[in-house]
Amino acid sequence: MHETAFQIFVNALLANNFVLAMFLGLCPFLGVSGKLETAFPMGIATTFVMLVASLCAYGLNLLLTTFHLEFLRLISYIVIIASSVQLVEMVLKKYSPTLFRALGIYLPLITTNCAVLGVALFQTAREYDFIQSMTFSFGGGAGFTLALVLMASVRERLQLSSVPEVAQGTALSLMLAGILSLAFMGFAGLGG
Amino acid sequence: MNQTVIPIHPAPSQAPAQPPSPQATPTGAMLRTMGLVSTICGLIIVGAYQSTLGAVAANKKIALERAVFKVIPAAKTIAEFVALPGGEVKEKVGAGETAAGALTFYAAYDGSGQLAGIAAEGGAKGYADTVRIMYGYSPTCACIVGLGVVSMRETPGIGDKIITDKAFLANFVSLDAKLNGELKALANEIKTVKHGAKTNAWQIDAISGATITSRAVGKAINESAQSLLPRLVPNLDKLKKS
Amino acid sequence: MSTIAAAPRTWDEFMEGIWKQNPVFVMVLGMCPTLAVTVSGVNALSMGVATSFVLVCSCALVSLMRSFTPKEVRIAVYIVIIATFVTVVDYAIQAISLALYDALGAFIQLIVVNCIILGRAEAHASKNAPVPAMINAAGMGVGFTIGLLALGVVREIFGAGTLFGVSLFSANFQPWVIMVLPPGGFFVLGSWLLLFSWWARRKEAQQNA
Repeated sequence: MHETAFQIFVNALLANNFVLAMFLGLCPFLGVSGKLETAFPMGIATTFVMLVASLCAYGLNLLLTTFHLEFLRLISYIVIIASSVQLVEMVLKKYSPTLFRALGIYLPLITTNCAVLGVALFQTAREYDFIQSMTFSFGGGAGFTLALVLMASVRERLQLSSVPEVAQGTALSLMLAGILSLAFMGFAGLGG
Repeated sequence: MNQTVIPIHPAPSQAPAQPPSPQATPTGAMLRTMGLVSTICGLIIVGAYQSTLGAVAANKKIALERAVFKVIPAAKTIAEFVALPGGEVKEKVGAGETAAGALTFYAAYDGSGQLAGIAAEGGAKGYADTVRIMYGYSPTCACIVGLGVVSMRETPGIGDKIITDKAFLANFVSLDAKLNGELKALANEIKTVKHGAKTNAWQIDAISGATITSRAVGKAINESAQSLLPRLVPNLDKLKKS
Repeated sequence: MSTIAAAPRTWDEFMEGIWKQNPVFVMVLGMCPTLAVTVSGVNALSMGVATSFVLVCSCALVSLMRSFTPKEVRIAVYIVIIATFVTVVDYAIQAISLALYDALGAFIQLIVVNCIILGRAEAHASKNAPVPAMINAAGMGVGFTIGLLALGVVREIFGAGTLFGVSLFSANFQPWVIMVLPPGGFFVLGSWLLLFSWWARRKEAQQNA
């Protein structure tokens, strides 16, 4: 039962990859994976927000459990995620305008990314402690970035090949995702 | 109840986060709207929570009883107990918090009120995710007498054979779980061995092709039994119905 | 905006979500629950009904509140309203069936971040009276449920050899396990989109001929 931090990381990164095995964060996965140069910043921005959200959710959960207000968990998590996205946006704007310009347009999108809320909900359901929560959210974010980058690379290559007109667009992306997901199933059992 | 709900609501803090613009709505209006929304939503949530509380608790009780009766077929009623780290065993009352390190288990009684067996939960990492199991322990033979799966996400058709495979379930008819002389640990560690390699009563014969899932079941039982049984066995008398 | 909708317009509003703007097949929104819970017909139907309930209730409330929601805080207001109804659904499903609750897992709570709901609240409910907003939302909900069912039914038939739990084939049928695994979800949805794309193309070609 006692998973080590390393196991949690490997599982979140590969075996239980958020996108390809748990179906979390599919909207940006299908929407922003057209080009590698946008896919990577999006992945990094999401990972960053995930870490902040996970940290806030951990503290908030302690508070809610102390006062026996578990039924407010969902509503307070979503509000805290929306706020932390805005906070990240403001901090970036002030301290790193370059990074802000690179990530700016993706930040609002992250609020409705289910991978972020997913991290908060899963770490609560699995009763992870602080270190485990942080590792889990970092692994999840890295896994999301990995899936996004892989998908973008494949899609960039595909632009050079002639695809039947009927299969172009989302249908093709979904088939690709299916094949990637099949490949990631091979990682199952890795995190012992 | 509502009085406690609304003040801690983090939503209104959103309003000042908006950058002020020349024709911005006055802060008062924003706060008023957020306050109104929070009040309405708080009322709805509390209402839903209160009105479903009974049904949810009843459902959970039925699900728990069904799981326990599956691993101890003779059982008719159950009682929830906790085993404290110091070795003390007492009945759990209400839904209050359990002390740190306390292990929860269920004592099952047959129709005449005699102790029919003990059921406890365990979990270990399987192929895809944690496999959570419930097992039945019989104090008379000091062995595991039943296995049920609480939750798992193993590969359908392969890992989920642990529910259906008759040869595998036959392992849990009388799986040896005796304690050693000092009553501090199991005399023999419960362990899953490769398919066809079972030679002792405390070994579990794995399903061919689903070794990792089978191993998770063995590990889950072993971890739970190693910590629970040393506390439980010296206190068996306390479980008898008075 | 006119608040009185003529009967044909009402019907059009309702049908829009089912056919022309189907959230699953046309707009490709709300993919996470679409792919994750559709391993069986029952799961797909329950998820569809739960999402529709949240959609209709939130749109009604958003529409009622529309005149005194300052635009600066509107998104926060919508999110709080949606999260409220998701919490209600969460407890309702626990009260109805724990087995179903376990099968849908975290995806009940993840209805909150389903882009369909926030999209409807922002694009339609915030500008229309409660009744048209609810009709539009109901159409979207039904369209989403149909999309989920289309996936769930196919995956259950091939992946488990059953339909709504009723066995369809003889015992000799070897289930295609891949269908109920994650890759199967991507493949089935991809195939549906291919089919629709092929059909749309054929129709276009016929019209031109």
